[in-house]
Amino acid sequence: MNEILEILFGLGGKLAAHVVLAAAAIALGIAVALPLAVWASRNAAVSRIALGFASLVQTIPALALLALFFPILLSLRAVFGEGLPTLGFLPALLALALYALLPILRNAVTAREQMDAGVLEAADGVGMTGWQKLRLVEAPLAAPYIMAGIRTAAVWTIGAATLSTTIGQPSLGDPIFAGLQTQNWALVLAGCIASAGLAMVADSLLGLVERGFAQRKRWLVWGGLGVAVAGVLLSAWTLRPAERGADTIVIGTKSFSEQYILARLIGSQLEDAGFAVDYRDGLGSAVVHEAVTTGAIDIAIDYTGTLWTNQLKRDDNPGREEMYRALSEWERETSGTLVLGRLGFENAYAFAMRQDRADELGLRTMDDLARASSRLTIGGDVEFFRRPEWFAVRDAYGFDFARQRNFTATFMYDALTGGEADVISAYTSDGRIAADRLVVLEDTRGAFPSYDAILLVAPDQAGNTQLVSALEPLIGAIDVDAMREANFAVDRLEDKKSPKQAAADLAERIGL
Amino acid sequence: MPGTNSPFLAIDQVTRSFDRTVAVDRVSLDILENQFVALVGASGSGKSTLLKTINRLVEPDAGTIRFDGEDIRQGEPHALRRRMGYVFQGIGLFPHMDVAQNIGIGPKLAGAPIGSGRVAELLELVDLGSDYAARMPHELSGGQRQRIGVARALAGDPHLLLMDEPFGALDPVTRDALGKRVRELHDRLGLTSLMVTHDMAEALLLADRILVMEAGRIVADCTPGQLLAGEGGDTAQALVAVPRDQARALAGMAP
Repeated sequence: MNEILEILFGLGGKLAAHVVLAAAAIALGIAVALPLAVWASRNAAVSRIALGFASLVQTIPALALLALFFPILLSLRAVFGEGLPTLGFLPALLALALYALLPILRNAVTAREQMDAGVLEAADGVGMTGWQKLRLVEAPLAAPYIMAGIRTAAVWTIGAATLSTTIGQPSLGDPIFAGLQTQNWALVLAGCIASAGLAMVADSLLGLVERGFAQRKRWLVWGGLGVAVAGVLLSAWTLRPAERGADTIVIGTKSFSEQYILARLIGSQLEDAGFAVDYRDGLGSAVVHEAVTTGAIDIAIDYTGTLWTNQLKRDDNPGREEMYRALSEWERETSGTLVLGRLGFENAYAFAMRQDRADELGLRTMDDLARASSRLTIGGDVEFFRRPEWFAVRDAYGFDFARQRNFTATFMYDALTGGEADVISAYTSDGRIAADRLVVLEDTRGAFPSYDAILLVAPDQAGNTQLVSALEPLIGAIDVDAMREANFAVDRLEDKKSPKQAAADLAERIGL
Repeated sequence: MPGTNSPFLAIDQVTRSFDRTVAVDRVSLDILENQFVALVGASGSGKSTLLKTINRLVEPDAGTIRFDGEDIRQGEPHALRRRMGYVFQGIGLFPHMDVAQNIGIGPKLAGAPIGSGRVAELLELVDLGSDYAARMPHELSGGQRQRIGVARALAGDPHLLLMDEPFGALDPVTRDALGKRVRELHDRLGLTSLMVTHDMAEALLLADRILVMEAGRIVADCTPGQLLAGEGGDTAQALVAVPRDQARALAGMAP
């Protein structure tokens, strides 16, 4: 409990960023929804189209909507120039504003449809112009309903804003995503408590405004709005000094422990060399590569096999060295991104089993596994059985498992120790292989591609010799045992370390 | 007629259709100043539509209307409406404004807001005390609401009062009292009034002149006396027969 409190007190910056993002998104949502509602109330076709569109947006999962803005903004660079941000605040703002649109628009349109026809006829009858009718009759009568819509939008937006972490916008989602990946439940809880608390505060303040409109008490309207606006302004003000200078190096990470640790290792290396460093943690796996090649972030760690399949769209396996060479050339030619080098370890797929189970069945290699597969259950992470790597090994060895089961990466290991799976698609740099004393079956036919961890530098920093020389000591410096130990220090349930502490230990171990 | 004053309200060949139904069919009509005219007819005869073409709540497909010598299409509709009082069955008090604000809305829109003295005066015209000024519409009975509706229509000192089934939703006692009150105000304030009603008895008791409409056309244009004397044709007489038969039946029941 104390741990959660301690984390909560440290979330000030994330909270402020969250407040500013959500407030801006709601404000933009209102600014779009209200004129649209007025237009819709005067034109049935507009009403149908606008409500249909807003409902359609609502059916897109928030996570996907946020991610979709990355390619959209990227293509808009053709119009607005290279300065258009593709990650962070702007795409998060646009996606959340779209999300906020529906409840506001629907309530406004419904309020107008339900309005007493006699009152509207009287407004014309006493000689109001269209604008006077809107201002003096339609707006005040619809205000409580619109406010109820804004309340709903505010609660949704504050909740969905936690997902903006995945596109590189700091928010209360940062501790949630980091905690989920490193199994640090205190972090997850703290993030959830903070965002739920914020939603409740916003809801009750806007509730006051709604009551003020319904009961025609102006002081309630101005009081509720005043406190809400003051909170947003205060948040914006606290964010002001945190604004990073132009020469800050931004390191992006995917959402798992190894990435967090390596980012801190690189970060401390750069800070020692005099750079200011900022982190964009927990980016979507597909987003990271786009981000570094377009310069939205400056440095990323990726894996050769991943890029080979996902970016080069290749399904052949030319061998470890050739893959690295071809990939480096491809990055240089397509975007000018610098593949600085390999860190020295692989984070590949490998089939792992419990020692006792492997002994019992007499399995040492994947050929042995293929012979026994019809009696066994295989567990994989959520995407494994749809990946080309799986098809490649399945066909190379002729696997025919009795059952396939999907688990999240974390629970996959628990499934193995709990006997719910006989064999899993583990990751070779994962500390839990050693900790759980798992046996890795030998890939005698070389069917799994290699997954060398590589350091990518964005095109506009590729010529930064100071940066490159600060990073060079990392190349080839981290062997798989060192990485496993660091990962396990963060992933284990007892005596957990933070990614930063683990990075410091790792730096010491490899002699930096 | 050449040589006389032009009529206060001159309707000339006005036509209006909705989809394929002709609601008002080439109606021509002159109304003189200070007349109290009732427009009577069955539902769907086009009487409300005709009334609404005068304050441009409905725009005619063809024909012209002149108000005080001027074509009503010359200015903006809202400016025209501020010169006419409008009372209708729906009443349409603004629920978020108190009685004083409701009464004063027209003058306020016209840029000449009225004070509490004038509000009290208008309330008095419709037999309500000045203590009603601060009440909200939802606190009033239906009859009180329509009284406020009449006061609102009179606030801008209009010379023309348009009424569309103004007492249709009221109970008979209130209806009778408010009808008489409106007729008194018509005389006292020197108004020209045009009232749509489906109730021939109401028309006979209040109006100077009764127009009977059927299928978009005016089929009778008589004084109450002429109608009671059997003039005006079959449609008009069928309407007159209803209150007359009721009156006879009631007289027959008297002890």
